[in-house]
Amino acid sequence: MDRFRMIFQYFQSNSESVMNGICGLLALASVKMYTCFDFSCPCLPWYNMAYSLGIMFIPPIALFFCGLILNRQSLVMLEEWRRPQGRRKKDLAVIRYMCSSIVQRAMVAPVIWIVVTLLDGKCLICAFSGSVDPEKFVGFANASPVQVQQLLAKVPCKDDELMRNNTSRKAVSRYLRCWSQALGWSILLILIVAAFLTCWLRPCFNQATLLQARHWSNYIDIEQKIFEETCCEHSRLFAHTCILHFFESMQQEIKLHSFSLPREGEGDLLRGITDQDQMNKLLKMWYCEKPPLDVS
Amino acid sequence: MDKFRMIFQFLQSNQESFMNGICGIMALASAQMYSAFDFNCPCLPHYNLAYGLGILLVPPFILFLLGFVLNNNVSMLAEEWRRPQGQRGKDRAVLRYMFCSMAQRAMIAPAVWVSVTLLDGKCITCAFCTSVPVETLGNASHPSLSQGEMKRVLARIPCKDIYDGQELIANEVAIRYLRCISQALGWSFVLLMTTLAFLVRSLRPCFTQAAFLKSRYWSHYIDIERKMFDETCAEHARSFAKVCIQQFFEGMGTDLAAAHCHPPRKAPADAGEAAEKLLGITDQGTMNMALKSWHRCKPPLHLHPPALPSGNGWAGEGQPPAHPAVPRRETAAYYSRV
Repeated sequence: MDRFRMIFQYFQSNSESVMNGICGLLALASVKMYTCFDFSCPCLPWYNMAYSLGIMFIPPIALFFCGLILNRQSLVMLEEWRRPQGRRKKDLAVIRYMCSSIVQRAMVAPVIWIVVTLLDGKCLICAFSGSVDPEKFVGFANASPVQVQQLLAKVPCKDDELMRNNTSRKAVSRYLRCWSQALGWSILLILIVAAFLTCWLRPCFNQATLLQARHWSNYIDIEQKIFEETCCEHSRLFAHTCILHFFESMQQEIKLHSFSLPREGEGDLLRGITDQDQMNKLLKMWYCEKPPLDVS
Repeated sequence: MDKFRMIFQFLQSNQESFMNGICGIMALASAQMYSAFDFNCPCLPHYNLAYGLGILLVPPFILFLLGFVLNNNVSMLAEEWRRPQGQRGKDRAVLRYMFCSMAQRAMIAPAVWVSVTLLDGKCITCAFCTSVPVETLGNASHPSLSQGEMKRVLARIPCKDIYDGQELIANEVAIRYLRCISQALGWSFVLLMTTLAFLVRSLRPCFTQAAFLKSRYWSHYIDIERKMFDETCAEHARSFAKVCIQQFFEGMGTDLAAAHCHPPRKAPADAGEAAEKLLGITDQGTMNMALKSWHRCKPPLHLHPPALPSGNGWAGEGQPPAHPAVPRRETAAYYSRV
């Protein structure tokens, strides 16, 4: 029981840090995924926008779902939300608190992906190279509209034969990258300021409610863990008793046909089974006719 | 028993994280396998499709089966499924739960392989290079080729060094196009898988929570029961072996005493434990004979009962003179009160 308590205290004090750790790992995985991913702009008029916006938004959605799946608390929250009321009232404030803490943690990795994408710039260059004003750039000012669209679409591809030596390509790239990085840093600044304000201004509003919600959400989490542990312990004892009863019933049968325990000391462990045939019979019985799940 | 219980409690309480760890390792192994694999497109009209789709679909299938093979609980599931009903009913829900949880874990490595393959792009480029829309992407001014000739030229797109259709359609244009399609498919697949996983995990508490708790408890129970039974049998085997071997040595001691016509020596009271442990074998020749006998003629798997107490005080010495002693060299012996 002592050991249980020790393990439990560990879980309780570290439940938050375990979740924060998972959140951090997912954020790192997000950055790693982006660097491993080989961004390859198609350089075709309509495909560019679809591809880039896809790369900008689909992985964050997938990362968000991953963040929800990997967080154990989301299951606990759902169970608490859907359980029948019974004799215990449901407190919506607690459920709301759990939901917001889960969503906040799950949002970290997607936001990091979007920020890294914007700071890198390739995505925005690919998406909006066809939308820049060709009049601003010398190399594209004199072509027909259709040609301009084709050329602008090829700007992200440095190695394309048409773009290889085009200086205006670099100008368009730099222009779009500048916008992209400005957007990326702005988003990062806004988010950090928002997080800062939330941390500092929260105690000014509803602190008592918050403390209660946090306490009871912690409680629900721990209660769930202890219930699972108790079920495990119970099933272990149940199995132990069931097997003992089984061996005893075999012992009864054997006693009818032969001598009893050969020797003290080892006798208890031998449980009256002292030869090959008896053991084979016991093993066969165990498979063919498992004892009923009843140890009363 | 205590150490077993401690380890077991630890594993059980951490079983989720243990299994998740295994899944993570398999996913990483799958990604590593892909990067170590040397993809080699044949660049021939019909072979491309077969090769590309083969690399996309056959390794995931193998990884899926491997996921089942490496999972210890598969034999437990099979055993529970095939056992005769006997005195204990079978619960289909428990079997379904066990199968579903194993299948979910086995699906992770194949899903990672398919995602990595699609996001890399080489496979789809190889498989579908003959289907590139030449009319929209290619040079309109190029004289038209026959179907077969065009396919032959397009099939070489993935192999840049032997590609000879630059006037028909630029190699980079075609590869970029195919890779874009491949990556779009890859991210869509990733999104689909994560959405499915999320739905499966989050819809369960909304609908079948009570049944789920029951199935989970009984599937853990079956696992624990099997492990405890194995542990009990191992303990029994240990005791059985110990007694069997002791009886063997005692039998040897008796035989030797009878052969040399020495009366069985009562160990002097002050010789202590060491003399007892020698089991009556005190010289090289005797030990060699004991070892030879152990190899040539192992004792039967049958333990004698202890000596019955007799009037002359020899009780407990392992000398049952009046008892019908089992001759050492017989292979079967029974004691029966019938």
